[in-house]
Amino acid sequence: MGITELLRENENKDLLRFLTCGSVDDGKSTMIGRLLHDSKQIYDDHLSTLEKDSKKVGSAGEAIDFSLLLDGLKAEREQGITIDVAYRYFSTPKRKFIIADCPGHAQYTRNMATGASTANLAVVLIDARHGVVEQTKRHSFIASLLDIGHIVVAVNKMDLVDYSEEVYDKIRSDYEDFASRLQVRNIHFIPMSALMGDNIVEQSPKMPWYMGTPLLEYLQTVHIASDRNLIDMRFPVQYVLRQDMSFRGFCGTVASGILRPGSEVRVLPSGKRTTIKSIHTFEGCVDEAYPPMAVTIATEDEVDISRGDMLVAPNNSPRVSQSFDAAVVWMSEEDLDLERHYRIKHCSTEAQAEVTDLVYRFNVNTIGRENTNTLKLNEIGRLRIETSRPLAFDPYRRNRATGNFILIDTLSNATVAAGMILDRSTEKDLSEKTKVSTNIREQVSRVSHEERTARLGQSPATVWLTGLPKSGKSTIAYGLERHLFDQNLMVHVLDGENLRLGLSENLGFSALDRSEHIRRAASVAKMCNDLGLITIVALVSPYETDRCHARTIVGAETFFEVHVSAPIEVCEERDNDGLYLAAKNGEIERFTGVSAPYEHPVKPALKINSADTPVDQAVQSIVDLLTEKGILR
Amino acid sequence: MSGYHLSHLDELEAEAIHIMREVVAEFENPVMLYSVGKDSSCMVRLARKAFAPGKLPFPLLHIDTGYKFAEMYEFRDEFVKSIGAELIVGGNTQAQADGANPFDLGTAKCCGLLKTKGLLDALKDGKYDAAFGGARRDEEKSRAKERVYSFRDKFGHWDPKNQRPELWNLYNGQHNKGENIRVFPLSNWTELDVWLYIYKEDIPIVPMYFAKERPMVVRDQQLIPAEGPMRLREGEKPEMVSCRFRTLGCSPCTGAVRSEADTLEKVIEEIMTARQSERITRIIDHDRDGSMELKKREGYF
Repeated sequence: MGITELLRENENKDLLRFLTCGSVDDGKSTMIGRLLHDSKQIYDDHLSTLEKDSKKVGSAGEAIDFSLLLDGLKAEREQGITIDVAYRYFSTPKRKFIIADCPGHAQYTRNMATGASTANLAVVLIDARHGVVEQTKRHSFIASLLDIGHIVVAVNKMDLVDYSEEVYDKIRSDYEDFASRLQVRNIHFIPMSALMGDNIVEQSPKMPWYMGTPLLEYLQTVHIASDRNLIDMRFPVQYVLRQDMSFRGFCGTVASGILRPGSEVRVLPSGKRTTIKSIHTFEGCVDEAYPPMAVTIATEDEVDISRGDMLVAPNNSPRVSQSFDAAVVWMSEEDLDLERHYRIKHCSTEAQAEVTDLVYRFNVNTIGRENTNTLKLNEIGRLRIETSRPLAFDPYRRNRATGNFILIDTLSNATVAAGMILDRSTEKDLSEKTKVSTNIREQVSRVSHEERTARLGQSPATVWLTGLPKSGKSTIAYGLERHLFDQNLMVHVLDGENLRLGLSENLGFSALDRSEHIRRAASVAKMCNDLGLITIVALVSPYETDRCHARTIVGAETFFEVHVSAPIEVCEERDNDGLYLAAKNGEIERFTGVSAPYEHPVKPALKINSADTPVDQAVQSIVDLLTEKGILR
Repeated sequence: MSGYHLSHLDELEAEAIHIMREVVAEFENPVMLYSVGKDSSCMVRLARKAFAPGKLPFPLLHIDTGYKFAEMYEFRDEFVKSIGAELIVGGNTQAQADGANPFDLGTAKCCGLLKTKGLLDALKDGKYDAAFGGARRDEEKSRAKERVYSFRDKFGHWDPKNQRPELWNLYNGQHNKGENIRVFPLSNWTELDVWLYIYKEDIPIVPMYFAKERPMVVRDQQLIPAEGPMRLREGEKPEMVSCRFRTLGCSPCTGAVRSEADTLEKVIEEIMTARQSERITRIIDHDRDGSMELKKREGYF
C-alpha cells in the first residue's frame, strides 16, 4: 500500500470510545497493557521506563506491571493506587480507540460514571475463578444506567481454570440471568487470559471451543454507527456569531437528528418558528448537518435566538419544563442538601435548581430501591428537580445528548452530581404552558416602533438596577426618575418591593420565586418600552441567570444593567428597618447577602459604588451612559 | 446510513470546536496560547473553524523565552499576519535581561523562570480568565490525567487530586475572581492525529519539522542543534546531520531526531512506525521522575 492510500485509510477510520471496569485483581491494567503491547502501541522509551519502574515499585514481581503504564501521577505510582480516570489512546488501521481506564476503590462509581458518559462500549472483566460477583453487577448496572449500548464481558484468567469451557459457560449463563434485568442492547462474551495474551489480539489455540473473535478484532468491528439518534432534530445554540450587520449565525453542536437548509424549525423555549437558511462551516456551506457536527446556522427570519435556546423540528418537540425526575450520581464529598440551591448545566443552558424530592436511592449491589433523606458520595438516587428556567429535554434513554445534566455547587463551584433525565412525567409539567403552545400566534401591531418614538420624542430603554438590599437602588431609581421627568421625558420606576405588593404578591423568596418575580418585572418593563417609556427597574435580582433572562425578555439593545454596589457593612448601617439584623437572627429566611447568595454582574453596563457616590452624581453617571448609548440626546 | 458517520478526525475536530465555543460563550476574557509548534498550528486552525465566517474572538499569546529558533520567530510573524490574528508576545523579560539560561541554572530552574513565571505573569497582566493550550493527553503520563477544563487557583497552580469530574460534553466553567482555567481542546488527539490533520487540512507548519542537513552536536544520545546560544562541551564538534524536530521548544533544550523525512507524507510514515515517543527529545521532561507533573502543579502548561 502506498503512503497516499495509507493516509486516506487513516483519515477515514472512525472512533470508538470504551471503558474498562473491573476490581483491583481482575487484571484490568494487564488487559489494557496487553492490548497496547501486543498491537505494538507502546513506544520503546515508555517500555524501558515501564520495565525500570516495574522492578522498582511494581507488584508483578520480575514481570512487567502494566498498571504502572497507566498510573500517571506520582502519588499513584508511589502508593500503587489509581486516583483518577486515565485516558489512553491507540489505533489500528481500522479504528482509533480512546480507553477510559476507571480505577476501583472508593471513588469507583464517580469515576466510572465519568468514563461511561462518553463511552460507546464497556468491557466488564470477570475473574474466571470467582465468576459473577457483586462488583460485576455494580459495574454492569452503572453501564446500563449511563446507557452504554454495548457490553463486552471479558471472562479473564482462563489460564487459571484450565481454559475450561464449562466454567466459561456457567459464568455466561449466570451473567445473562442477571443482565436480563438491565437495559443493554448488546452483550458479548469473550474468554481470555490477559496475562498470557489469549484472545486479546491473537486467537487463543488453548480454547478451540471458542468460536468468536479475540477482543481487539471485536473492538475493531463492533457496529456503533446506528447508536446515534438521527431522528429527533435537536440543535442547542451555544454561541451567537455576529460578524457584521450582514451575518448572524447560531453556533452549536448537533445533538441529534439531521438539519438541512429549508427545514422549518421551532425555537425553544420561546416557541417561535423560522426556517434554516444555510448551514455554515469554515469550508463553506453544507447540505446537511448531523451529530456530532459543530456548525453555524443562519435563519431566514430575524427571530430572537440566544445561547441556551434549542432549535427543534416543529412536529417533534422535546419536553419543555421546569420540573423533571432524574437518576443522579452524587459525586461530591459533601452530601446532597435538600435545603440548598444548586446550579444546573444542561446543554448550553444554566439555571438555578432545587431538589424538591428525593424519591429513592438505588442499592447498586442488589439493584433494589431504598428510602433515604440524602445522597452521599458515589450513591445513586432518583430525584425530582425544579429549575428556575424552563429546559428543553428528552429522556436520557431516548436521547443521550439532551437528557443529561450536571449539578454545580454554587459556593465551591464544584461539579457535585451527574444526572440522567427519566421518562416518567412529573406532576408539575409546564410544557403545556402557553409559551410553547403551537396554537398561539404572535400578533403584530400596526403602529410601528418608529411612530411611537416620533410621537413621544424619546427612545425607550430599561435601566436595570441590581444590588444588595439597602445598597441604594431605590434612592437612585427615584432620583433618576425625577431628573428625567424634569427633562420632559416619559419615565417611571418599577420597584421590586412595590411589585411584591401587587403583581408578585403570591411569590416568596425561593430561587424559583425570585426568578419568576424577575420574569414578571422584565415582562412589564418590556411592555412599557414597547409603549415608548423609559423604565427604571430597582430589584435585588441576585442571580446572573435571571438577569440574563431579563435581558433576553427586554432585548439586549435597550437593556442597561447597572450594578449598585456597596459593602455589606454600609448596607447594614443604612438599614433602618432592621432587616439585616432579623436575617442574621434567622427571623427572615433567604435574605440576600446574609442567607442567600448575590452573584455580582459579570458585565454590567455601569457600576456605581453607592457608598462614596452622592445620589445626584450616581444619577448623572446613568444619564451619561444613556446619552452615550444614544437613548438620551 | 453510513453516510451519517464522522471519521475520527472529523469527530475530534467537532469536539475541539465545541469546547472553544463553550469557553468563548462562558468566559469574559479568553486567550489562546500559541507556541508556534504543530499542535498550536492545529489549534489555531480549529479556532478559525469554530468562529468562521467571523474573526478569532480572542488574541494569540506567545510566551517567548528569547531562546526559540530563528525559524520559529520568522514563521510566527508570517503566520499570524496571514490569518489576520492579534498576537501578544509575553514572557519574563526581567529574567531574560538578567541572562537566565539553562547552562548555569539547569533546565528545571530556567524553565520555571522563563516559561512558567513568564506565562503566569502574562496571564495575570492580560487578566485572562481562560487560556487555551495545545497540550494532549497522550504526550506524557501526568497529562493523561488532565481535564479539558483544567482549573487553576489564583496562583496558577494545578491540584491533580482535586479535579472536577467531566461528563458528556458538559464543562463546568464556574470560577471565582482571580481564578482561571486552562483549556485543552486537543486533549483526545494523538501525535498521529495532529499530523493526519495537518495533512488533510494543508496546515502550514515550521519547516524545522522536515528533515534537512543541519549542524548538530551529539550529546548523551541527543542531537542538539549547534545554533543560537549554546555551549560546546570539551571535545564536542558540530557536524552536519540530516535530521528533523518532532517537537519545538527552546533551542538549547530541544533535540532533533535523525531523519530523511523531508515531506509531510514521509514524516507521517515515520510517525506511524516510530518506536520512540515524541517527548524523548525534550530534555526538560527527564529531569526526574514526575518532573512534568511538578512543573504543571506550579503552573506550567
